[in-house]
Amino acid sequence: MSEAEVQSDTGIGAPVRRREDVRFITGAGNYTDDINQPGQLYGVFCRSPHARARINAIDTSEALAVEGVVGVLTGADMVADGLGDLPCGWLVKSKDGSDMNSSPHPPMAATVANYVGEPYALVVAESTYAARQAAELVMPDFDELNAVVDLGEAPHSEQIYEGIEQNLAYEWALGDEDATRMAFARAAHVTSIDLTNNRLIPNAMEPRACLGAYDAASGEYTLYTTSQNPHLERLVLSAFVQVAPEHKLRIIAPDVGGGFGSKIFIYAEETAVIWAAGKVKRPIKWVADRSESFLSDAHGRDHITHAELALDDNGRFTGLKVRTTANLGAYLSTFGSSVPTYLYGTLLAGQYKTPNIYVEVQGVYTNTAPVDAYRGAGRPEATYVVERIVEQAARELGKDPADLRRMNMIQPEDFPYETPVALVYDTGNYEASLDRALELIDYDGFEARQARAAEDKKRRGIGFACYIEACGLAPSKLAIELGAGVGLYESGEIRINPTGSVSVFTGSHSHGQGHETTFAQVVSDKLGIPYEDIEIIHGDTGRMEFALGTYGSRSLAVGGSALVEAAGKIIEKGKKIAAHMMEADAENVDFDNGQFVLQDSNQALSIQEVAFASYVPADYPEDLEPGLTAKTFYDPKNFTYPAGTHIAEVEVDIETGVTTLVNFVAVDDFGHIVNPLIVHGQVHGGVAQGVGQAMLEHGIYDEYGQLQTGSMMDYCLPRADDLPDFDIDTTVTPCTHNPLGVKGCGEAGAIGSPAAVINAITHALGNKDISMPATPEKVWRAIQGE
Amino acid sequence: MYQFNYHKPESVGEARSLFQDADDPMYLSGGMTLIPTMKQRLAAPTDLIDLSGIPEMTGIDVSGGKVTIGAFTPHNLVADSAQVRGTLPVLAEVAGLIGDNQVRNRGTIGGSVANSDPAADYPAAVVGLGADVVTESRTISGDDFFKDLFETELKPGEIITKIEFPVPTRAAYRKFPNPASRYAVVGVLIADFDGTIRVGVTGAGPCAFRASGIEEVLNDNLDPAALDGVEVPDAGFNSDLHASAEYRAHLVKVMAKRALEDLLNG
Repeated sequence: MSEAEVQSDTGIGAPVRRREDVRFITGAGNYTDDINQPGQLYGVFCRSPHARARINAIDTSEALAVEGVVGVLTGADMVADGLGDLPCGWLVKSKDGSDMNSSPHPPMAATVANYVGEPYALVVAESTYAARQAAELVMPDFDELNAVVDLGEAPHSEQIYEGIEQNLAYEWALGDEDATRMAFARAAHVTSIDLTNNRLIPNAMEPRACLGAYDAASGEYTLYTTSQNPHLERLVLSAFVQVAPEHKLRIIAPDVGGGFGSKIFIYAEETAVIWAAGKVKRPIKWVADRSESFLSDAHGRDHITHAELALDDNGRFTGLKVRTTANLGAYLSTFGSSVPTYLYGTLLAGQYKTPNIYVEVQGVYTNTAPVDAYRGAGRPEATYVVERIVEQAARELGKDPADLRRMNMIQPEDFPYETPVALVYDTGNYEASLDRALELIDYDGFEARQARAAEDKKRRGIGFACYIEACGLAPSKLAIELGAGVGLYESGEIRINPTGSVSVFTGSHSHGQGHETTFAQVVSDKLGIPYEDIEIIHGDTGRMEFALGTYGSRSLAVGGSALVEAAGKIIEKGKKIAAHMMEADAENVDFDNGQFVLQDSNQALSIQEVAFASYVPADYPEDLEPGLTAKTFYDPKNFTYPAGTHIAEVEVDIETGVTTLVNFVAVDDFGHIVNPLIVHGQVHGGVAQGVGQAMLEHGIYDEYGQLQTGSMMDYCLPRADDLPDFDIDTTVTPCTHNPLGVKGCGEAGAIGSPAAVINAITHALGNKDISMPATPEKVWRAIQGE
Repeated sequence: MYQFNYHKPESVGEARSLFQDADDPMYLSGGMTLIPTMKQRLAAPTDLIDLSGIPEMTGIDVSGGKVTIGAFTPHNLVADSAQVRGTLPVLAEVAGLIGDNQVRNRGTIGGSVANSDPAADYPAAVVGLGADVVTESRTISGDDFFKDLFETELKPGEIITKIEFPVPTRAAYRKFPNPASRYAVVGVLIADFDGTIRVGVTGAGPCAFRASGIEEVLNDNLDPAALDGVEVPDAGFNSDLHASAEYRAHLVKVMAKRALEDLLNG
């Protein structure tokens, strides 16, 4: 939305500074570790030092003798108490129609440990110090087994689980194989590429933490935890693990310091802690240290892919074949099965009219930490495949990479556009983003910049990524048919209080996204109530309706839309009350910017006056309930489809292989924008993470399954001085099916940027292949190989 | 962290006697390596002897053609010292490239040198400038100080009190930082003492060393182009996730060339 269209300085479209930042920046945030309860104990987990080992026995006697130790609880104790496995929330079927092969997944290892860092016992003590001392004295009797670590070799390696041959969870496929084969048979040109999508380790600023408490009087359990979706946590812990019935379990996710997907999942630790709190009948707190986070947070990406693109004589894409081996880790994490399938294969059309696409994905178990959704979740992997092979095709055919993309793009008149891989894009204007990006990067000036760089013994390269993203996974019916274990709607509730202030309850959880600001802007805009009078409440199953929480850039498109619909219900009811008060019919009352106005009159009532009347119903419609509140469950009709163009320019130091990102342009179409300041922040953060994947970050296990990049000394996160100033702009085609016309912006930065950066580096290197991350030594070796 | 006894002596003599009386003591200087190691339970001294209470161990003195840095002097004091910048600017530069601002505020020159971390920056200066490492009982030549990975000439309980740097005609330091830790993958310091060249290398091998092959070439011909023909053997070099021995050997040459260009361009 342009500046001119902004109606107020706090409404939709206004760059309001985040209200939550005041408490975060001044150290006044209320994170899980800030919360303490009387009589609280501290938990420390014993974790497997082996990637695969049979647990014969665990001797806890010495640990129990440590002063201050209250209990040592093992995985076997959880099994004995009848607790269930941690389930995977998406049932993927193999191409032969069979269900995926799920491994057993006890919350704590009971008989076998399957990755380094897997917990097998919980020590509970009066202090963290005592718990740590005791944890070192827990004596497991392990039989070490051969670990399966290498992803490519895993299907041919020793079988990890009984009954799961070739370590395959599934062999999934999507698209028309025969039609795609025929397209390749007729192709004028075929481009092939082999790619690795490197394993990433999330590293939210706040490590995972939880505080579990049991109230013997009421029989209620309360779990404070670092969750992106507390209701999902409650559902899984009650329905599957069976810690407590749903109505006796309350999950509170207070301030949470970042998630990037890694806090969607239901983990062993909070499961064990809430169960143990019930056993010892005292509150227990556990806070991960950074080393534990590296070992046990679900990792991201980790694919090996072979792809082929068929083109006709004119350079039109006629077919795309993709075969991917995806690492699922040792267990199927909560959504681990869906990420390399429904969130990946469905995105392989990209922005293009490729008529025939066929993708096969092998989901493979290895003795490594589970792999699940991480910012982008399948979509960065898909974009990396499409945008690298398209760039490669352009180079092989001697075509300008922008031109080749442009001639294959879906055009505005083609929408709604049904892809060969199951999605229906509702709207877009891909050339508009591409054109703006070319303008911002000064594409015409590239050759001159390249020549100048050469004078300094630097090779300059430019690379593109025109990405498509599917956000706000939907609709529920389709997702459930495809194997999702839950619906994909979101809840929202607006309560206008008697004094006219507003309490808003949203199922979306904010852990860095700024919902307290954005959602207040939306409600203020829709109800004409001052922004300052609106409070956004989230993250507590005791306060809000069942909800699905935050992932997949869905909060504004789904959770925000729920609030718009709730506001609509408020206005409808308000009109009836106002009409009664003004002695008119409701159909003759309009609502405009906080005022109920009687048509063709000078009579009006403010929403605050109407709210007061609703709670003090003296002069009030007979057939109407008192109060002015409304609840909604909003189930979107389709995904939203943000799209855009990212362009990276790099300079490579020929002598050292050091690559510097010198210029980065992102032009994104997120539909309407509620708060441009927050959107820019999301793009900055996402691009930084994407550049991290492309150039710096790599989760590496050695052949024995030991994590070699288990600290920030070896796992390289991007820092400010690794990045240039980004040049960011947006284009707008409003989403056609949600009331805000919004699409979602949380992941786009991480989706488009890796391909753009690697395309720029391979361009600088004269089309030498480079795998992510493009470390200086890899680049230097590529230069040496010339 | 395991439990330990904490001591804060007020003199070097007191620190030494505390050390002698304890079971398994360690000195604590800036603690930039020791504290994280203890927190990870990888080090478990019975007694920690904190050297921060010994005033004469902190400070900078420039006199007699030497720059003397007290062992407890934090890196930022050296990096920001007008005296060091005026007399031995390369040392201020080396100090300013260590870690991050927090590390430079706490970490000390004595701690860095005594630890002989293969990737620390200061050892390149000690070797490259031919400094003297002074302890409470003797003076050790920089050329003899570093023995191996985390091994030095220091005897158990011996305390570095100061380091004396001779002032060269000109000098320059180039560092190739590890992108994650920002330690030196390779760092090369070149110093010119009235036409005699010294080259100190850190990061590449198990400890800092003089690159005698490069020194020989440059003593004949102080020209970056002269380094093109030099072979830097990678035998015994470090090889890890971030850089192979072969790449480190290559970087020694490139960093040497760039340091020399800086040195010649003044």
